[in-house]
Amino acid sequence: MDRVKRTLTPYLLVLPGGLWLLLFFAVPMATMLSLSLQEGDIVNGFVFTGHWQNYVDSISAYQTQLIRSLVYGAITSVILIVLAFPVAYWIAFYGGKKKATYLFLILLPFFVSFVLRTISWRMLLTDDGVLLHPLKEAGLLPAGFQVLGTAGAVISGLVYSFLPFMVLPIYVALERIDPRVVEAARDLYASPLTSFRKIIFPLALPGVFAGVLMTFVPATSDYVNSELLGSSGTTMIGQVIQSQFLSNSDYPSASALSFTLMAVLLIGVFAYARALGTEDVMKVAAR
Amino acid sequence: MFPTNKPDPSLLRGMTRSRLGRRDALRLGGLSAMGAFLAACGVEGKGKPQASVAPDAVAKFWADKTQNGKVSFAGWPLYMDPKKPELKKFTQKTGIQVTYDEVIQEMAPWFAKVQPQLSAGQSIGYDVMVITNSSQFGQFRDSGFLAPLDHAKLPNYAANAAKSYATSSYDPGNVFSIPYASGITGIAYDPRKIKEPITKLSDLWNPKYKGKVGMFRDLQELGNFGLLAAGIDPARSTEADWQKGAAKLKEQKEAGIVRNYYDQAYVDALGKGEVWMTMAWSGDIFQKNVSDGTNFKFVIPEDGGTIWTDNMTIPVTAENPVDAIMLMDFLYELENATTLAEYINYVCPVPAAQAQMKKHAAAQTGEDKAYLLSVAESPLVFPGEAEYKRLHYYVDFNTAEEKKDFERVFQPIVLG
Repeated sequence: MDRVKRTLTPYLLVLPGGLWLLLFFAVPMATMLSLSLQEGDIVNGFVFTGHWQNYVDSISAYQTQLIRSLVYGAITSVILIVLAFPVAYWIAFYGGKKKATYLFLILLPFFVSFVLRTISWRMLLTDDGVLLHPLKEAGLLPAGFQVLGTAGAVISGLVYSFLPFMVLPIYVALERIDPRVVEAARDLYASPLTSFRKIIFPLALPGVFAGVLMTFVPATSDYVNSELLGSSGTTMIGQVIQSQFLSNSDYPSASALSFTLMAVLLIGVFAYARALGTEDVMKVAAR
Repeated sequence: MFPTNKPDPSLLRGMTRSRLGRRDALRLGGLSAMGAFLAACGVEGKGKPQASVAPDAVAKFWADKTQNGKVSFAGWPLYMDPKKPELKKFTQKTGIQVTYDEVIQEMAPWFAKVQPQLSAGQSIGYDVMVITNSSQFGQFRDSGFLAPLDHAKLPNYAANAAKSYATSSYDPGNVFSIPYASGITGIAYDPRKIKEPITKLSDLWNPKYKGKVGMFRDLQELGNFGLLAAGIDPARSTEADWQKGAAKLKEQKEAGIVRNYYDQAYVDALGKGEVWMTMAWSGDIFQKNVSDGTNFKFVIPEDGGTIWTDNMTIPVTAENPVDAIMLMDFLYELENATTLAEYINYVCPVPAAQAQMKKHAAAQTGEDKAYLLSVAESPLVFPGEAEYKRLHYYVDFNTAEEKKDFERVFQPIVLG
């Protein structure tokens, strides 16, 4: 009896979470996969025909937006590393007793709704807004100057939205570094720069990797920032999928694009892991 | 009676209609709920295009229907005085209880939301729904989701409605729908920034205003203006025409004239100086000026604008269709049509409401009087013959395939 219990326990523990995932992840995924291979329209219905052409059509129609999204996502991640590393470094090594407070401050803006914050960016940066209007009046900027609607505005918005997701994992990685290792490097006459380059940065890499994973993927598929801060020329793939689903009721092409995006992201992430020499992506992400 | 410090209705509507709203989540939720079913056999449709209705359809539908003492109404946000005076009057007069919900915020998601229930022959919980004559109107109609109206039950409609509605291209003879209100799509501009009067569609193509012109992202609205600019009547356009319209719009985009393609956020963009001139809906500009004290101009271009109509319809699965058609007719009583238009500021389908509104104005004083007079005299609430002559109807799609083709032609313009 006891043995039966012991064998069953792990399965019982997995059951609630497993069912949850099955119901809300696996089933919709299977549905989407099926939808992406269907033909038809919303009035006459969609029928599964194994129509691979959906992928060909939608990729050829929207490759610009797909590539643009990947580029925006990559630029965002690089800027985030540059911005987040010093912050995380300072909190980890010089935060003292107030570390928790500083981390809380990083997270503080996230107590306000994401959409609301992006809308307030709009108000700040708009053509006749508080920032640009005085500068234009003073003749420092031409009357037609704009920030909104440019790629810069969208990428800035993405960087802002995802900053904590880069700071936190890097912080965790840096926090774990044994200070004695750094001291030992100093004792062995390593300059501060060398000890950073040879000791601290390599030890923080898993944090950077996790940070990139947590920012590149959502930034690439994000559509809110481009929707609110961008213009037609900054359309990202998330917006295309959204409008195919929710305004055009073209489920097959929306599903095909979703799967394409997912595939591209997975390939990108694994290639990145390979390049970093990280054998097991998930192990690093879980650390 | 009409406080002027209320939040800008067009802004509120813009927010509730936002594309990031909960209804998107709902819609996707519904989509995944259909999951298992879909995976097995695809999405079932109800495709039997109805070119004409069987002559006995009306009699057949209404034969066994009785009055039930209740009715539920699916409307749009800010499309009726929040105190619902007209509905209260209706209940007083008939004893029929009315549930009014502002559940429709955009046509495409609404269609997707009720489509599964309607095609399964189930009630959607509403007896009247207000739907725009956009392509989804055709989808509702062609799927057989709309009950044929019994015009014997619509005496006020027959007596008071403007005659032009009977010849619309989307529902000739008002077989399935009667108008709730109409709106005009034209051009709005800020006269502080644009010194010359804007009169023609081609002004939207003027390179002088590079980067300061707003266009609509709604494909039908955008397509209409492309077609009109190319000298084509949207309601009579063919697929070859669409290419011409799209070419015109592409030219405008590639010249860098278009700042962006907007949903209702264009009102905000105009207010903030992002755009100086934009495609616009008549009621929005009227309300923006009334509530914010702005002085934006709205013009119906000489070479044509469009008129769209939000229509009251009865879903074929409605539980209380008799009560529903009574309410629809009640809203066509002169007094009710008048008070409704006084609040919503969109084109009133009852021409006689203009005189009635002036009578109301005469009974008021001060600000209220001025407000009512401005509504009564607005050519955007009561367009004259001259305005109607310039207004065109939407493209009407005969098949779902046509609609898809239309989207394929115009979607790439919006999604750069």
